[in-house]
Amino acid sequence: MMKKYKWLVPTIYILFLMLPIYWLLNMSFKTTTEIINTYSLWPQKFTFENYITIFTDNTWYTGYLNSIYYVVMNTILSVVAALPAAYAFSRYKFLGDKHLFFWLLTNRMAPPAVFALPFFQFYSSINLFDTHVAVALSHCLFNIPLAVWILEGFISAVPKELDETAYVDGYAFWRFFFKIFIPTITAGIGITMFFCFMFSWVELLLAKTLTAVAAKPIAATMTRTVSTSGYELGLLAAAGSLTIIPGAIVIYFVRNYIAKGFALGRV
Amino acid sequence: MNKTINQKAWLFVIPVFILVAFNAVVPLMTVVNYAFQETFGNNVFTWEGTRWFKQILRSDRFHSALGRQFLFTGVILFIQVPLGIAIALTMPKKGIGVSVCLVLMSMPLLIPWNVVGAMWNIIALPEIGLLGHTLNDLGFDYNFTQQTGDAWFTTILMDVWHWTSLVVLLSYAGLRSIQPAYYQAAEIDGANRWAVFRHIELPKMKKVLTIAILLRFMDSFMIYTEPFVLTGGGPGNATAFLSIDLVKMALGQFDLGPAAAMSLIYFFIVLLVCWVFYNLMMRNETQG
Repeated sequence: MMKKYKWLVPTIYILFLMLPIYWLLNMSFKTTTEIINTYSLWPQKFTFENYITIFTDNTWYTGYLNSIYYVVMNTILSVVAALPAAYAFSRYKFLGDKHLFFWLLTNRMAPPAVFALPFFQFYSSINLFDTHVAVALSHCLFNIPLAVWILEGFISAVPKELDETAYVDGYAFWRFFFKIFIPTITAGIGITMFFCFMFSWVELLLAKTLTAVAAKPIAATMTRTVSTSGYELGLLAAAGSLTIIPGAIVIYFVRNYIAKGFALGRV
Repeated sequence: MNKTINQKAWLFVIPVFILVAFNAVVPLMTVVNYAFQETFGNNVFTWEGTRWFKQILRSDRFHSALGRQFLFTGVILFIQVPLGIAIALTMPKKGIGVSVCLVLMSMPLLIPWNVVGAMWNIIALPEIGLLGHTLNDLGFDYNFTQQTGDAWFTTILMDVWHWTSLVVLLSYAGLRSIQPAYYQAAEIDGANRWAVFRHIELPKMKKVLTIAILLRFMDSFMIYTEPFVLTGGGPGNATAFLSIDLVKMALGQFDLGPAAAMSLIYFFIVLLVCWVFYNLMMRNETQG
């Protein structure tokens, strides 16, 4: 009896998740006038106007490019730096290793609001304010600890015999690392990149604090438009809908790894 | 795994150490600097000792923000953890349904936080939003920009929408790691559904659940962008959680000393709670 209706729970949950997304899409195909004056479950006058505005106005679409630019930069930087470190934490004992690991994790716990103002002053003083590099570097604060944490889990799941056999076969360390080890943990690297991408993509507070014009992320462009030009709901909804797409693409590619990645008890 | 002692491993860790220290040390020292001094600009500082800390710890404003924060985080954990487990238990175990569920459920996690706020703002608007309109049609006097209760309801609903999936994914992964033999043994013993959950599934999920609770605690305790966009901390200060209050103090009023002191107290609370969780987690692990 209970088994028969089991599918209802996830179905209702997914419907609940999709409702606000549907509403956002619905709004994005309406004109702002229609949104404000009428309440309707679907657009009465279907329009692409909002999307056209975004794709033709460069203050809008450069926002997307800026975001993608620093997110990709951060993801690569985090994974490349975290790989050897995660290997070291997993395979070796060294002075202060446990303290260092916990210290890294504490940075994941630092409220970004605490760091917003000092970050602004710090990056201004080293002339990096309003650059993509600044945002990519600042997101390392929470992405590198996370990347090390996840990768360490994946690396520890690889038996040490793999390393030892390679050395016996006469592999030098770096050749072993690139030719054998990295291909063995591609799933782990994929998952790590997914999470770095995710947390860098969704973060706004630091990205907004560290940019003004040249590297302004799309999320910040959106907040500005709301406050200045009245309340352009249609445009806001279209811009919001477009921010869902990169995430959706990334999820599609890593869907098979997600459950596996979580199963290692990391993240 | 037995590890070899190798001090050269530090060379592997150096890039990570430099990158994180670059971001953590200088800004944190800046905060410490402000927390103990008074400044009138032009880089002139006077030593204030613990004055700002005393001021913050005694202020009603901080007490009420902290109270709201704990209440919010408590409610969030109380709803999301059981709900997440329930959904994970009912999810399909094989077939196309798994992919569909995983992809659709992960969606809210990958939407920029201010878009989440904006999205819920749009859906909750009393006149033109789906939620607001429906609730008013049903006879509720709903307006989240003016009534405290409604603002809380909307903020909590938004967070449940946004983050329950994380608990679901983690619990689901935990459930998947259970060998079928356990279930067969339970069936032979004639265990009922509750006993299976209590004695097989729950212990197996313990580790992932600890991580889920830890992550949900950290992130809900640091929540800023979503409620800021949704309610702006209002009506009044009804949904001004710690981060919102802090940013208001630091950037709005430019009270740098008290804001810095508050930052340190805030960070300390997060660290303390996480440290306790972390140790509990490790202790459970060694007990097996």
